Amino acid sequence: MRGGRIIGLHLGLIAVLFALNFLLPAYSHGTVARVMVLATYAMGYNILFGYTGLLSLGHAMFFAAGMYGLAMPMTHLGLGAGPALLTGIGAAAVLSLGVGLLALRTRGVAFMIVTLMFAQAAWLTILLAGRWTRGDEGVVIPQADRVLLGLDLSDPQTRYLAALALFSAVLFGTLWLVRQPMGRVLVAIRENEDRAELLGYDTFRHKLGAVVLSGTVSGAAGAAYGLFFGYAGASFAETHYSIFPLLWVLLGGAGTVIGPFLGTLFMFYLIDLASGLTPAYMLIAGVALVLLTLFAPQGLAGEIRRRWWRGLP
Amino acid sequence: MSALLSTRALSRSFGGLRAVHEVDLDLGPGEVRALIGPNGAGKTTFVSMLIGRVAPSSGRIVFDGQDITRLPAHARVRLGLAYTFQITSVFARLPVAENVALAARRRFGRDRAAVAAEVARTLGRVGLTGRDDSAAGDLSYGHQRLLELAMGLAQAPRVLILDEPTQGLSEPEIETFKALVRALAGETAILLIEHNMGVVMDLADRITVLDAGVVLAEGAPAAIRADARVQAAYLGRSADA
Repeated sequence: MRGGRIIGLHLGLIAVLFALNFLLPAYSHGTVARVMVLATYAMGYNILFGYTGLLSLGHAMFFAAGMYGLAMPMTHLGLGAGPALLTGIGAAAVLSLGVGLLALRTRGVAFMIVTLMFAQAAWLTILLAGRWTRGDEGVVIPQADRVLLGLDLSDPQTRYLAALALFSAVLFGTLWLVRQPMGRVLVAIRENEDRAELLGYDTFRHKLGAVVLSGTVSGAAGAAYGLFFGYAGASFAETHYSIFPLLWVLLGGAGTVIGPFLGTLFMFYLIDLASGLTPAYMLIAGVALVLLTLFAPQGLAGEIRRRWWRGLP
Repeated sequence: MSALLSTRALSRSFGGLRAVHEVDLDLGPGEVRALIGPNGAGKTTFVSMLIGRVAPSSGRIVFDGQDITRLPAHARVRLGLAYTFQITSVFARLPVAENVALAARRRFGRDRAAVAAEVARTLGRVGLTGRDDSAAGDLSYGHQRLLELAMGLAQAPRVLILDEPTQGLSEPEIETFKALVRALAGETAILLIEHNMGVVMDLADRITVLDAGVVLAEGAPAAIRADARVQAAYLGRSADA
């Protein structure tokens, strides 16, 4: 029952995270909620990078599209949290379709550069539209508006469980996707695109589908982040927010379902612990990253797969 | 005889080099056709145009009455053309079974049981039973060639283009391969690019000889063997010297 063990592992993770809601001290409780939302972003990134083999350096634009797609209508049109969540996700979907259609005309390094440029353009657009976005300063979403289906998302317990719901949906969505024929074709494209094409698969359409799925999930994470933590700012559209998911996925294990969460959690606590020890905390973080890259180049979950569990999806 | 796959005046130049020049070829349903010629004769360029990896400079390709000259490769494969690579091109890091399943899944879709059955049947046919879970890249070179072939078969193509399928195979593996092609004859048309003349003479219904991008001769194996121009091309002398 290989399938059973796999479902068991991922259900187990959800159960542990659920139990932690009642056990964690306040500080960690808030951190883990944040990690779950950002891990959702990383899982979105992983669909494109880990499973399809396309390295984007511009995913911050999808995260920000979700965030601003939610925050702008809430701030300026008085839209409710529920519909605004949908406009956020929709904005990311539309943007990723447009960017995918253009960027997928390139391959390899050119694809990285083109996505980076699009993301820079998106960031500058947010700054230029400062009249509405308030640029770097950003917009605060008032506590009174952060109510979804009657649930007050500014309450830490509710927020934690909402983050867990989003995280679980994307975790099991990814798990489902990669075991579907479409997911298998994405892996085939990652491994050998020419061969996949000559097995009769329209690789362009599959890659476009991967960009849209990946961008939309990233946007959903961005919209949720804005809603849960009550803020949308231009810094979320900057280049380092494109690099973060790449780092998290690499650390946790590219092309594994559970890896993005492990990587995000690891990185958060690494920086957290290091900054408690010394002001030069990035040095400790850097050394830890170098060590991990040397000794577990496939990331935490990648290493588990290599050593003990070959069938880990 | 109505041809299943035809080319008319199919040409391709690279810069000033005429790699393939005005080739007409008609492949009948169920026919086994060998395409031979010295190195650099344009064989791989020609079949690359058939499958859509290389765009022709001019000329037409017709498959089952439909002009496919401008179709992308994946659309041609969907119509029933299959191609096995000259340089083995399997999914090296994926399991053997998944390699074949990717080829079969396009036909069976979500029907996991049907895909699994087709994978088992095809691997059995090429003699790779029991290697399902090995990474394809861990197979020996000869076994990777057989896996290529299995990936071609799992697509149940109407025309199977085999680019040097026996290269690197051992004698017993070549015998397995020949038996396999004989078993396929009738259900699938086969275009075989092959250097091993024993294999060509044993299997082909007809042989087309390419030399310097043009068709030098075409006919039954016995006639080709006796053709003075073909002998000259292979021996490297000018035909009219």
